[in-house]
Amino acid sequence: MTDTDTSFLKGQKHLVKRHRAETRFQWMGRLAIVMSLSFLIFMVGSIFWQGKSALQTSEIALTVNLSAEVIDPQDIRGASFDKIVKTALREQFSEASKRKEKKKLYGLVSSDAGYELRNQIEENPALLGGTQTLWVSASDDVDIFLKGQIDRNVPQSDRRLDDQQIGWIDTLTETFAIRSVFNTKFFTNGDSREPELAGILSALVGSALSLSVCFLLSFPIGILAAVYLEEFAPKNRWSDIIEININNLAAVPSIVFGLLGLSIFLSTFGLPRSSPLVGGMVLSLMTLPTIIIASRASLRAVPPSIREAALGMGASQVQATFHHVAPLALPGMFTGAIVGMARALGDTAPLLMIGMVAFIVDVPKSLLEPATALPVQIFLWADAPERAFLEKTSAAIIVLLLFLVLMNIAAIILRKKYELRF
Amino acid sequence: MLKTPIITARDVDVYYGQKQALDKINLEIPEHKVTSLIGPSGCGKTTFLRCINRMNDLVGICRVEGDIQISGQDIYAPDVDVVALRAQVGMVFQKPNPFPKSIYENVAYGPKIHGLTSGKTDMDELVEWSLRKAGLWEEVKDRLFETGTGLSGGQQQRLCIARAIAVKPKVILMDEPCSALDPIATAIIEELIDELRKNFTIIIVTHSMQQAARVSQRTAFFHMGNLVESGATKTIFTSPNDERTQNYITGRIG
Repeated sequence: MTDTDTSFLKGQKHLVKRHRAETRFQWMGRLAIVMSLSFLIFMVGSIFWQGKSALQTSEIALTVNLSAEVIDPQDIRGASFDKIVKTALREQFSEASKRKEKKKLYGLVSSDAGYELRNQIEENPALLGGTQTLWVSASDDVDIFLKGQIDRNVPQSDRRLDDQQIGWIDTLTETFAIRSVFNTKFFTNGDSREPELAGILSALVGSALSLSVCFLLSFPIGILAAVYLEEFAPKNRWSDIIEININNLAAVPSIVFGLLGLSIFLSTFGLPRSSPLVGGMVLSLMTLPTIIIASRASLRAVPPSIREAALGMGASQVQATFHHVAPLALPGMFTGAIVGMARALGDTAPLLMIGMVAFIVDVPKSLLEPATALPVQIFLWADAPERAFLEKTSAAIIVLLLFLVLMNIAAIILRKKYELRF
Repeated sequence: MLKTPIITARDVDVYYGQKQALDKINLEIPEHKVTSLIGPSGCGKTTFLRCINRMNDLVGICRVEGDIQISGQDIYAPDVDVVALRAQVGMVFQKPNPFPKSIYENVAYGPKIHGLTSGKTDMDELVEWSLRKAGLWEEVKDRLFETGTGLSGGQQQRLCIARAIAVKPKVILMDEPCSALDPIATAIIEELIDELRKNFTIIIVTHSMQQAARVSQRTAFFHMGNLVESGATKTIFTSPNDERTQNYITGRIG
């Protein structure tokens, strides 16, 4: 042992190895994060890419004859608006003379064009009495052609629009008789067989109603159950069994809750099929365990010294719980509830079992009317054969994701707002 | 023994499940005096303290046998309401634990749930009285509605004392009230304890023998679940009867 001692601060062999292991681990962690982020970006990006075109829709200008011979101003609804639309199209493209050609020509506008015309005239009767240029929706094929989703270079037999129709569209484009507008119908209509008319409003309202029922049922019940189990129930074999079963319930596949709802709520209680009431009840079965577990965890996180302080003052168990412990646990309870609700918002399987998979055109006005829900609507559209439903599916997914993000933000804000430091 | 004991414990046994924590404790505690309970960790002094306001009820596996009387009433009798008992026997804990609410609400909480005041001015007076008694009024009178957890450790502990005396209990139990405080805050609390004994009977658990000698008139020494010796503090510290007491106070065990 002479001057070799100066090296005692330098890295020795096993230290070098240890540092290398540490660096290696850090890089593996970074790689994992980069990979999961890129998957996420890829998924969200592709959905946005496909869905953004659904926010635009095409309209065609028609020069329509609204004179008194065609529409009786006293009886607007008595007139045949379909005929007016067809006449306008025929006059513009008189070369379509054969039956088959006419049919193709009528196919350029939405089957709803007549109604749209009527609505515009009813809103503004001043239009009556002459010739007007009014905009109506184009059909879905025209719409996706204009969005570049139909390639005019593929053989005629392989595409939805033939050369003649594309010629008409080109003519309309050249004369500025086609425009692209914001697709309000997507947000104001219910479902439809015609993609250009299909909207998410009925599904959105259905989801909102179901979730309200779910929240109103599962939040109070869940919190009361959690408070009782955590603060009042004796700790014995029974409370252990209950605890284990609640944890198991949280892991049960959601379709099983759907089956339960089907056999109990529909078959035994005879509640109306496909209704948001039953949907909400089934979803609350699913959310309850999540809320109970989260609420118990946040109650357990309240320091026991607070409980002792209150009880030592002579507060009863109920007073100690509701004056001191529960308010401190509330932010955690809210977070748990919102996370559970977000899961319920995105779940399809239990709703399929109770018939909320129905084709719903009208916006449900009460809890007992048939309704559908956003994820079910996505499922239905993804299943539809029309090419134009593809972008609708993606757009509906965007709306669903947006709501999930909003709910999560609400959870964070609530937690921050009611968080008490102790 | 004592002329007017306010608390009398006779043959008190405490079990946690199978384990016996206290064995045949017989102790009398005089009114308007400070009694300190000393002894090494795990000797049962805190357990005994928590028997007096039945905080041990909260521990499911805890079982208390024997007889504890306050002013002649058995506190473990079946018809005793623990809420009423705890209004008479206040408690200050080892770690300051004010409610995460305003200073005012902290003090007003006890009187509110026990319905001790009529009206707002009455409550304001009681809060001021309690905070003055706890020697905290001058420091917090301008920020009564700020949160109590924002005070310093010593101030928080005095707030807890104010909270305990606001319901005007007969007895105040203190479980190592200074163990989380620095020497200056400790000195303030010790002075306060001496002041408070005019109005209240105080039982204090402490690990500091100097503190027991400074603040208490009577001392009880616990060792391994037994009450080894009790008596006037001066006697215990100068001429203890038992060898274990002697060893403990001279620092040979503990």
